[in-house]
This record gives sequence, C-alpha cells and structure tokens, in this order.
Amino acid sequence: MSDIPADLKYSKSHEWIEVMGNGDVTVGITAHAQDLLGDMVYVELPEVGREISAEEEIAVVESVKAAADIYAPISGVVTEINETLADQPESINNDPFGDGWLFRLKPTDADELEKLLDADEYRALIEAE
Amino acid sequence: MVKKTPLYDAHLEHGAKMVEFGGWSMPINYGSQLEEHHQVRRDVGMFDVSHMTIVDLHGDQVRALLRQLMANNVDRLKQTGKALYSCMLNESAGVIDDLIIYFLDEKYFRVILNAANRDNDIAWIETHAQPKSVEVRVRDDLSMIAVQGPNARSTVDKVLEAEYGSTVSRAAEALNPFFSVHNNNNGELFIARTGYTGEDGYEVILPAARCADLWQSLYNAGARPIGLGARDTLRLEAGMNLHGTDMDESTSPLESGLGWTIAWEPVEREFIGRPALEAQRHDANRAKWVGLVLQDRGVLRSHQQVLIDGHVVGETTSGSFSPTLGQSIAFARIKGELPELCQVTVRGRQLSARIVKPPFVRHGKPCT
Repeated sequence: MSDIPADLKYSKSHEWIEVMGNGDVTVGITAHAQDLLGDMVYVELPEVGREISAEEEIAVVESVKAAADIYAPISGVVTEINETLADQPESINNDPFGDGWLFRLKPTDADELEKLLDADEYRALIEAE
Repeated sequence: MVKKTPLYDAHLEHGAKMVEFGGWSMPINYGSQLEEHHQVRRDVGMFDVSHMTIVDLHGDQVRALLRQLMANNVDRLKQTGKALYSCMLNESAGVIDDLIIYFLDEKYFRVILNAANRDNDIAWIETHAQPKSVEVRVRDDLSMIAVQGPNARSTVDKVLEAEYGSTVSRAAEALNPFFSVHNNNNGELFIARTGYTGEDGYEVILPAARCADLWQSLYNAGARPIGLGARDTLRLEAGMNLHGTDMDESTSPLESGLGWTIAWEPVEREFIGRPALEAQRHDANRAKWVGLVLQDRGVLRSHQQVLIDGHVVGETTSGSFSPTLGQSIAFARIKGELPELCQVTVRGRQLSARIVKPPFVRHGKPCT
C-alpha cells in the first residue's frame, strides 16, 4: 500500500492538499496516483493569478503511458507553481508529497477544506478501487 | 479467462505491474518504464513474449501457401533459418497481421503472430492451408523470451554455453541478423537474431516448462526484465509498426510505411491483396506514413489531428515520449505534400512538429 501521510487532506481524484501556516494550500498528486500513471515526462501548470473553482481542470500531468487531468480540490487563486517540474517531472514519481508538489492556492472558500477526505478516508477510497 | 504465461510468477517476484494484453496477463513494467527503456538501449533487457502465437506449417506445398498469403515473397528465403518480415493482407490489401516467417526446411516454415490477432489469423491461414494440405500446428507448448540490447547476445551466448553446451552457443554466436537456428535434439530450442527494439539481440523459443529456468539464468547473467510499456517506446523509436494501432484491416502497407515489405516482383505472383495494392500503388493521392518529432513541450499520442497550413491532413497513429531523444515522437498518416514542419492538435493546443523519416533511434543513438 502506498504512503498516505496523516497530516494531509485528500480529494477523490487523488490530489493531496496541505494547509500551510498562512492559510494557503499546496497541492500535489498522491503516491498512489503517480504509481498508477508511471514515469512522468511532462507537466502543464496553471498561470499564477488564475482564479479557479473547485473541481475545475487546472493542470495536466503526462506520463510515458497517459495524460491525466488534475482538478482543483478547492476554489482559490493560484499563488505559486512548481517551476522545477518543467525540467524534472520525475520529481512527482520520486517525491510526490514533497519536491513533486504542483501548485499553491489562496482559498476563496475555506469551508471547502472541510469537504476533503482525511488520510483514513482516502485509504478506504483507494482500497475500494 | 485471462491467460498466464509460464513466467507469470517470475513477473510478480520481480514486482511487475500486470495488465491484460491480447487476452494475456502481461507485465507493463517492473517499476520504472523509463529505466527499463534505457536498460535495453544501454545494456541488456529481457521480455516475456510468450503471449505471441507460434504456428508451425508443415507440408509439401507450404512455400506455395506462403507465396499466396504474404505480401512479401517467401522465395527470398533460400537459406535454412532465414527470417522474413511480411504483412498478411485481405483482398482489399488491408493488413490482417504483420509477422515473421522463419524458413526451417522446404516442408516446414514457422510464423509468429500477434497475440491480439491469434484467432483471426489462424482461421485465415487454415482456410487457405486446407486446399494445399498444409498442416497448421499451433505451438502452445512453446514459450518465447526476447533478449535485446548491445550486450544481449554475449549474455545469451554465455547462458547457452553453460546450460546447453558450446555447440548450441557457437551456433547462436554465428548467426547473422535475421537468421535463426533450430535445435531439436533434446527438446526444442530455437534461437533467432530478430527483435522489436532496434537493438541487436535474440528471440529464444523453448518448451514452456523450461522457460522460467532460462529466465532466471538470464537474470543471473545480468539481463533485466522489461515490460510492455518500454517495449512500446523502444519499437516506436526504432520505427517499427504496431498492428492494430499503426495499421489494421482497413489500411494497406503502402499507407503504413511498409511499402518496402511488398515484393512486387515477380509480377506473376498473385498474392492475396495484390490487385488492390496495384491500384493504390499508382494513386498519387494516397496517404503517406511519416515520423514526427515534437518541437514544443508536450506528449504526442495516437489519433491526434495533424495540420499543415491550417488544414487537417491526417492523424497520428502512435505517439509517446522518446526516452532516448528526451522529446515526444509519433507516427502519422497524412496526405499531400510534406513540408518540414506540421502542427499537431494536442489537448486543444496546436504544437509544432518536425516531419521525419523513421526510425528515430538506431543502435542506441538518435538518427533523425
């Protein structure tokens, strides 16, 4: 079973969400998701400043095998993107919860965070797949 | 019911991720597909290709049968052990399958078919074999391992010498490209200098019961298991077609970059599909099959639109990321003049690609 850090929140579409000290969130894809996709070779990230709604397509990660849409887990404004992924998309495979982060958002509706899954709920979700 | 090869347990032991392919449970990768790809380009990898169908054809008229069934001409096979790549066409020149034919003796040829086309191919071959009294023997008792890469042959030769003796290993060592040697003394052992990666290497056929032992010996000698994922990017870089993706029963070899496999001479040879091919041969408007190298960032996939000067001229048939080039590559079937560059619609965006003649990689080095 893949690693599922207890201090993160999760979406049903396999993104992880970390709430930072200033209230902004960092988003990436889970170890389970990168394992399903295989070796990453290309990442398309949103523009900083873009405002998006929860569940909207916000990024694309492509592995040798397939392309996968990444959905915004909550509504917000993009504050930062992981520019190192352009040259090192393999960071998503090697360190999905760390160096492989995708983008950061300033939430526009903090209540949406409550609807996300916790680690136990996410584990139950992938075990049921 | 998904079938398992004799190496199924070995795949799981090596941490394979298994997928269904052509009715078989096969390894897609054993961890990193990219590393497996490089392993084959730089050293030696081994593939379980036991899902492929081995068919032995026996009879006085077997050569006559293959003359009729194949777009390439089996009369090119004169020396024992020689191999020939060919398309098998339907009446409208569509490709039923592409295959390798091995000439074992005048009354015995062996063909290797794609797993996904097994039932269709066998039915087609049997229909034509019957009037010529050719026996069609499907060899499900045999399995196949492909060993590919710059160090493939030395690795296999070493294992063969240890396990089968120096007579067998020397016969393998002496093989020229596209030749095979058939040892049938103490159980079947067939070694061919063929493959599907663009690297040197062998394809080894042996009784299913011995397959796992050979796999382990090859592993001990340094070969690493390679999944279907890397097999696909290796063949794509090498400019090799995949049936069902790059060509099928609705497209001819001429539209699929396989014109070189059609034997037009002698003109008297009336192989199945010939009249339809002749008509297409002189059609100036027929589609061409080309390679594409993506100039922008992104990944080409199959069935993406190709545009020239804003007009749709065709679509990609296979596409992926080329680990050797570090860029995305594809095959495409397009009509009209070929400029240097075209555009491909990738996920709603138009990206620029260079039109090239495959292969993209030869003997481990970029060549476009």
